[in-house]
Amino acid sequence: MRVLGLALRRLAASLPTLLLILAGMFLLLQLAPGDTVDALMAQMGGGDAALAEELRRFYGLDVGIAAQLGRYMLRLLTLDLGFSAIYGKPVATVILERLPPTILLMISALSFAFFFGLVLGVVAARRVNRWPDTLISTLGLIFYATPSFWFGLMAIVVSSVYLQWLPAGGFGDITQSYTGIAAVLDTARHLVLPTLTLGLIFLAIYLRIMRASMLEVLSLDFVRTARAKGLSETRVVARHVLRNAMLPMVTLIGLQAGTMLGGSVVVESVFSLPGLGRLAYESVVQRDLNTLLGIVFVSALLVISINFVVDILYARLDPRIASGS
Amino acid sequence: MRAAKAYLRSQAALIGTVILLAVLVMGLGASWFYPADPLGLAGRPLQWPGANPRFPLGTDPSGRDIAAQLFHGARISLLIGVVATSIAVVIGIAIGAVAGFYGGIVDTLLMRVTEAFQTLPNFLLLLVLVAVFGSTMGTVTVAIGLVSWPPVARLTRAEFLTLRTRDFVQACRVQGLGDAHLILREVLPNALPPVIVYASVVMAVAILLESALAFLQLSDPNVPSWGNLIGLGRSVLRTEWYVSAIPGVAILLTILGVSLVGQGLNDALNPRLASGR
Amino acid sequence: MSRLVVEGLTIRLPRGADRDNAIEDVSLSVAAGEILCVVGESGSGKSVTASAVMGLLAPGLSIAAGRMALSGEDLRAQSPEAWRAIRGRRIAMVFQEPMTALNPLMSVGAQIGEMWRVHMNLDAREAERRALAALREVNLPDPEGALRAFPHELSGGQRQRVMIAMALALEPEVLVCDEPTTALDVTTQAQVLALIKDLQRRHGTAVMFITHDFGVVAEIADRVAVMRLGRVVEEGTAREVLTNPRHDYTKALLASVPGLHAPTARALSSDEVLQVRGLTKTYVSRGLFRRRKPVRALDDVSVTLKRGSTLAVVGESGSGKSTLARCVVGLLGNDGGQVVIGGAPLPKRRRDAARLVQMVFQDPYASLNPRRRAGAQVAQGPIAAGTPAVAAQREARDLFALVGLDPDAVDRYPHEFSGGQRQRIGIARALAMKPQVLVADEPVSALDVSVQAQVLALLRELQARLGLSILFITHDLRVAAQLCDEVAVMRNGVVEEAGPIGAVFADPRSAYTRSLIDAIPGRALFGL
Repeated sequence: MRVLGLALRRLAASLPTLLLILAGMFLLLQLAPGDTVDALMAQMGGGDAALAEELRRFYGLDVGIAAQLGRYMLRLLTLDLGFSAIYGKPVATVILERLPPTILLMISALSFAFFFGLVLGVVAARRVNRWPDTLISTLGLIFYATPSFWFGLMAIVVSSVYLQWLPAGGFGDITQSYTGIAAVLDTARHLVLPTLTLGLIFLAIYLRIMRASMLEVLSLDFVRTARAKGLSETRVVARHVLRNAMLPMVTLIGLQAGTMLGGSVVVESVFSLPGLGRLAYESVVQRDLNTLLGIVFVSALLVISINFVVDILYARLDPRIASGS
Repeated sequence: MRAAKAYLRSQAALIGTVILLAVLVMGLGASWFYPADPLGLAGRPLQWPGANPRFPLGTDPSGRDIAAQLFHGARISLLIGVVATSIAVVIGIAIGAVAGFYGGIVDTLLMRVTEAFQTLPNFLLLLVLVAVFGSTMGTVTVAIGLVSWPPVARLTRAEFLTLRTRDFVQACRVQGLGDAHLILREVLPNALPPVIVYASVVMAVAILLESALAFLQLSDPNVPSWGNLIGLGRSVLRTEWYVSAIPGVAILLTILGVSLVGQGLNDALNPRLASGR
Repeated sequence: MSRLVVEGLTIRLPRGADRDNAIEDVSLSVAAGEILCVVGESGSGKSVTASAVMGLLAPGLSIAAGRMALSGEDLRAQSPEAWRAIRGRRIAMVFQEPMTALNPLMSVGAQIGEMWRVHMNLDAREAERRALAALREVNLPDPEGALRAFPHELSGGQRQRVMIAMALALEPEVLVCDEPTTALDVTTQAQVLALIKDLQRRHGTAVMFITHDFGVVAEIADRVAVMRLGRVVEEGTAREVLTNPRHDYTKALLASVPGLHAPTARALSSDEVLQVRGLTKTYVSRGLFRRRKPVRALDDVSVTLKRGSTLAVVGESGSGKSTLARCVVGLLGNDGGQVVIGGAPLPKRRRDAARLVQMVFQDPYASLNPRRRAGAQVAQGPIAAGTPAVAAQREARDLFALVGLDPDAVDRYPHEFSGGQRQRIGIARALAMKPQVLVADEPVSALDVSVQAQVLALLRELQARLGLSILFITHDLRVAAQLCDEVAVMRNGVVEEAGPIGAVFADPRSAYTRSLIDAIPGRALFGL
């Protein structure tokens, strides 16, 4: 209960952050030359000033900046994200359609990176400065240095073009209509390469943090106590070191949620996944401000919710947090 | 002196320095090695590497020399990396130092702003900035700097928070020294080593961000960026995959060099946490 | 028969250390039912000896020669598996830092219960039952609650009791204690020492007790081994070593142990250079959405310091003595009351206050900026106050000479000095401002006894030469008695008792002062 209360307080504290983001983004977009109507009229192949005026009134662009911002924030309170001129649908609908692939991609990439980062980090720390450590640390450095979009392209070349093992893109096989287990497997097959591509750099980061954190915890006094109790090295690591060493990794999930969401823009574009990231890219190209602001809003909400979960997780792991010391 | 010796002893630092020097020579000597415009037509398009001795790394779909673009791209990557990192580090240190040193309401306000930046996916923010201010080299570089400072600010703040309560800082207060002296002469020099090490991470991320942006064709199309070339290679990926593969290796090696130098700096500046002996 | 025997043990340090061996040719033995105290200053190798007999040498250290045996069984020949069966079960250890020696994420009950689960394969319930009994035996209040508590919910003394319960869980033949009471307050220390002695008598355990404090030795030891620079210089029964030391080093160490005898009172000036009037300070930790219970660190505190004299403020941790020091120098603002120096309230401006009051800090390693030259740190205060740089630097050299340092050392960096020398730099830095009042916050508590005596002597000498008025904060009544004219005893933010130090220590009016005096280890031997 105290854990939940603490996490809720943290959640409440992120409200001003959210407002700050919205105000900042909105004002920033005001600096952009041209607006939705300009883009729309360019798409229609031009039009007269009266039509532009009409459209501006329709999209609420005819009043001052402050009023627009005020209106926008007020509408957000009712979760009304406005209307996308490009897609001809409410922004909320567009975003909702594009959300599931992105969330699925993030969860699978995060699980992949967290699990293997943890295991590899532990193995490296247990064999510090010997060949398994050298190998893992070197791999970590190389993974970290690999641009994700390039890795994705190369993965397509190797596993889709040459080996023909996995699909090169898309979220499902559109030539077949699978149901049940088959559909799940089909989606999973389509997610393998994107997951590896997005997760690679985070795998590198997690394994490096886990290794460092393990080494740090292994040098602490209570580990010496555990050894003095006559525990086997395996038990020392499993029962005493691991949980302590995981704390920085858990913190990192929250801190990097935004980075991962940013990474999905590129990865979704490489594998043509119909997700939020790709939508963001499209709306930048098409100057669809309403949609872009909506995506920013939803991304911020997503990052905040991830941090909420991470807070609860952290407090469960560390009893010192819940008691407030 | 001790730090310099430790740096030279570190194997990671040595390899990293060699790689970075190579990239630096490529970048600085680009105009000398390839005086012609790297974006100009050089020969028949899509010649495989080694097929024509004039183009050791082949040509791209528009018939431009890949090797020439690689050399000129090195200049772009390093320039953007260094400038964007400097911007991020200066902003981050300034905000982190003020927040950490003064605490209280100043800290709360500055940290709210930092949190706002960190809550936004940095690449998404970068897209918005580029969309608003255009995608010339200058704006892209500044935009990358603007989205990269929050971790630096957090790190600096954390260092300042612990250092400002240290006895030697308190002693200076008791001696009647002003805040400027405390921040610049006492706390900052002690807070700097981890920030310097972290700057290598910022630089790696900056280079990656630029190449990702260029890959999406949202960066400056008039400069020979590695990411641009990878993006151009997408259309011929299934057959002439080398067009995308070669600049990718260049990015990988550059980031590797930056990371290794960072690791060497870490071993040298924070000897207690040295990763290897 | 000896439970633990160490013969001719030599442990090599890694290459590049300041000497070849951590310990050399060390021979010790502990019999059942006996407490052997291994005494030494820092760097004597006493802790390395302790970790060697536990088979837990730090990486880089290696045994070069010698023999270790537990109840006649050779310890050096044991395989790692056999060592694990011995550790915890037949030879157990209690460490110095109660704050960090327990796993913060695991309940106390689980950590103690682990002993039975691992060594005797008992199930969780039985292990918990025994853990509860063990907690009862070490006299923890509310043992049921403690079983489920996490380490951060216990005080330092309670955690050390948990450590002892854990160490004695399987009735080991030998118990190794590495400075187990050093981090504790003096009254808690007395309780924990009594507990160790009591349990050891009842179980007949052989105890090897590492300490730097001869008071503790006098309190607990049956036999004593004195170590210096890795060698045992003297060994004998506690009575022999403490009352009739043979080795010069032991004699010097014993001589530098401060007694509680205050020097005869001298006539004090009637000029009150520092008046603390009804000072109040409350800590409220505030977050955006939470408030914690405010802590009253100072509650209507009034003390006065007479010109040219020394006032000791003594108290245990949490008494508010450090808060008082920080309020007096203006590092902390107070909520109520007044600090008056030389007849005027302490000025708000840092630069004005600096000329009136200066401070010497506790930790000689943390109180100097590692990246700036020692001399510059002494001269910077006067320079900021307007003294020309050249003159300030010349003064810094003079001050170095005054505090017994080489004037040429002004160009060195702090890491080139020893702990005692750094504390001298700290004193020089404070004196550079020519303050009316010098606040010394535990200036010797981080130093070895012999160095402690030197720094106290320096303060005494400086006071005589410069007529310094010193507010001396300390937890150690013996140290206070060495130097101070008057004393104020603090507890929970309140001044319990104040007066001339000789009178207060000889005949305390407050029961708390009495208990503090009673808790001083080795009191019977070292005076009062």
